[in-house]
Amino acid sequence: MYWESEKECMDRGELEQLQLERLQSTLNRVGTHVPFYRKKFGEMKLDYESFNSLDDIRRLPFTTKQDLRDSYPYGLFAVPLREVVRVHSSSGTTGQATVVGYTRNDIKNWSNLVARVLTAAGVTADDVIQIAFGYGLFTGGFGLHYGAERLGASVIPISAGNTKRQIQIMQDFKTTALVCTPSYALNIADVLFDMGINPAGLSLKFGLFGAEPWSEAMRQEINAKLGIRATDNYGLSEVMGPGVAGECRECNGLHINEDHFLVEILDPETLDPVDLGEVGELVITTLTKEAFPMIRYRTRDLTRFIPEPCSCGRTFRRMHRILGRTDDMLIIKGVNVFPTQIESVLFNIDGTEPHYRIIVERENHQDRATVLVEVKESLFSDQMSQQRELIDIIRRQLSSELGIGVAVKLVEERTLERFEGKGQRVIDKRKI
Amino acid sequence: MLKIRNLISGYDKIKVLKNISMHVDPGEIVTIIGANGAGKTTLLSTIAGLVRTESGETLFKDTNVVKVKASDIPGLGCVMVPEGRQVFATMSVEENLLLGGHVVQKQGKQLLLELLEHQYELFPILRDRKKQLAGTLSGGEQQMLAMGRALMAKPSLLMMDEPSTGLAPLIVKEIFQIIVRLRDEGNTVLLVEQNAKAALGIADRGYVLETGKIIVQGPAGDLLANQDVQRAYLGRDRAE
Repeated sequence: MYWESEKECMDRGELEQLQLERLQSTLNRVGTHVPFYRKKFGEMKLDYESFNSLDDIRRLPFTTKQDLRDSYPYGLFAVPLREVVRVHSSSGTTGQATVVGYTRNDIKNWSNLVARVLTAAGVTADDVIQIAFGYGLFTGGFGLHYGAERLGASVIPISAGNTKRQIQIMQDFKTTALVCTPSYALNIADVLFDMGINPAGLSLKFGLFGAEPWSEAMRQEINAKLGIRATDNYGLSEVMGPGVAGECRECNGLHINEDHFLVEILDPETLDPVDLGEVGELVITTLTKEAFPMIRYRTRDLTRFIPEPCSCGRTFRRMHRILGRTDDMLIIKGVNVFPTQIESVLFNIDGTEPHYRIIVERENHQDRATVLVEVKESLFSDQMSQQRELIDIIRRQLSSELGIGVAVKLVEERTLERFEGKGQRVIDKRKI
Repeated sequence: MLKIRNLISGYDKIKVLKNISMHVDPGEIVTIIGANGAGKTTLLSTIAGLVRTESGETLFKDTNVVKVKASDIPGLGCVMVPEGRQVFATMSVEENLLLGGHVVQKQGKQLLLELLEHQYELFPILRDRKKQLAGTLSGGEQQMLAMGRALMAKPSLLMMDEPSTGLAPLIVKEIFQIIVRLRDEGNTVLLVEQNAKAALGIADRGYVLETGKIIVQGPAGDLLANQDVQRAYLGRDRAE
């Protein structure tokens, strides 16, 4: 079952023509309307007329997360703000947050691409979809919602949290498709077990999971515990949101929507393309985005192409599920967290020393982050209330900056190991 | 049916088309819209072989027609309805039509008469005026004659250069309805137009040409909704 068979199964030659046309017009647009690209193209004296094939993309400059941060908030928008009908953002205060925008056509395309991903997973208009991603500035909730609505399914915009209520609704509303992070799905499975509810009695058939890395072993566990077929889907707000790629019923790699995204897999050091099938960094160029086009965005996600044609009939290439990161970004409870964010919060609080650790664990399929921070010895001999106060301040500020709650523990000076040069301040005990 | 990659062409030293890529699939109406001087007519003329290609390739039914003589291109199935109609004013309507069929003459008189009859069916007014001198027809009638003449060659791809020029709105509507009918009957049309609204109203897909470059393309509905296109070509600007 395809949402758009004439596109998803299109001849590769026709696809390449479409990609070339769209890439050329995107270059013409960004070169005119986005000062950042206009400057870069000018500096490298980009000759638009010699941009003749998809391979020429290697002549184009990269765009990084820092470029997005530097142009906070609207610096990279390619259309006037009044044509932007939606704004999404990552968490973080000034300097760390990245802002993206969408025109009406962008929203339409986004919904359509998510509908493709849902259909590939087996979901149809007859399904009841429970969207347990947070609705807000993150693209996950709204992205899946609009796609599900476009598909014509019955959408339950329940958002994240309150697991008992999620289960209640799953039973009462007869949910057939669950959308959330894979760890939350396992969490729900645990609570079902605790409540003595047999998953076979639920109407669940499908699970569409993403926003954090997960293994084949986790998938088998989810499938077994919830009695569903779980599929992976991939996206990032910088490039659109969910809907960039998704697994079909073969559950063996995510089909990339190549008519809207030109994808490269490059060696993160040399930035040359890796051999077909080798692991490298995913670099994405948007082909149809109007408000926020991206040229060679470095995702820092590691993956590889699966070159063999898929038996589902789709001619869009597949990528392996994400294998890791090239940088130190963490994903905690489905939220992107950079250690530097935690660092900047700690350094701005009086009473903390510049030495900290971040410990990430997973208990009962729930992510838990604890920040250990050194404080002066005198604080430990002070009243408990002062320690509690400091912990509260740190917790609140971290929560505000990161968008998730973390636990905070104060430790005595010099108890944390010192490093020379680049230190390992993050201890990720989770085994996916 | 038509696939163009990296087309650069122009007149002497003036480069008009700067790296154009586009395609037309069978059974579609594709429109190219843009302001005066954007290069729309140059594009059709380049495909038709009337303007020299500097670089790039134009594949018509998988044949690269860049080096093919202009006079041989209609025989391949790519026929143009030129800007300004350009009917043979001193010949009758019927003579104009028969001339259009010269490409298929070898296939016999029977076919020619069948095609002629088909044009009269499509454009009844031409039947009424078949003996009349083409130069005495009204603008709209001349446009229909030019279309009929092109259709006599049994084209696989009909290229139309600004059919709305100089015609009253009601006549434009009538002509465009005929273009839709042609598409419904299985023809493929590449329509170049300054009247973006009318063109996007009937097209399946469109490309926007601006000073020789394609700046945006997509389904006609998306282009109509695109604010840049609205402001620049549809004359609409939202009041603040």
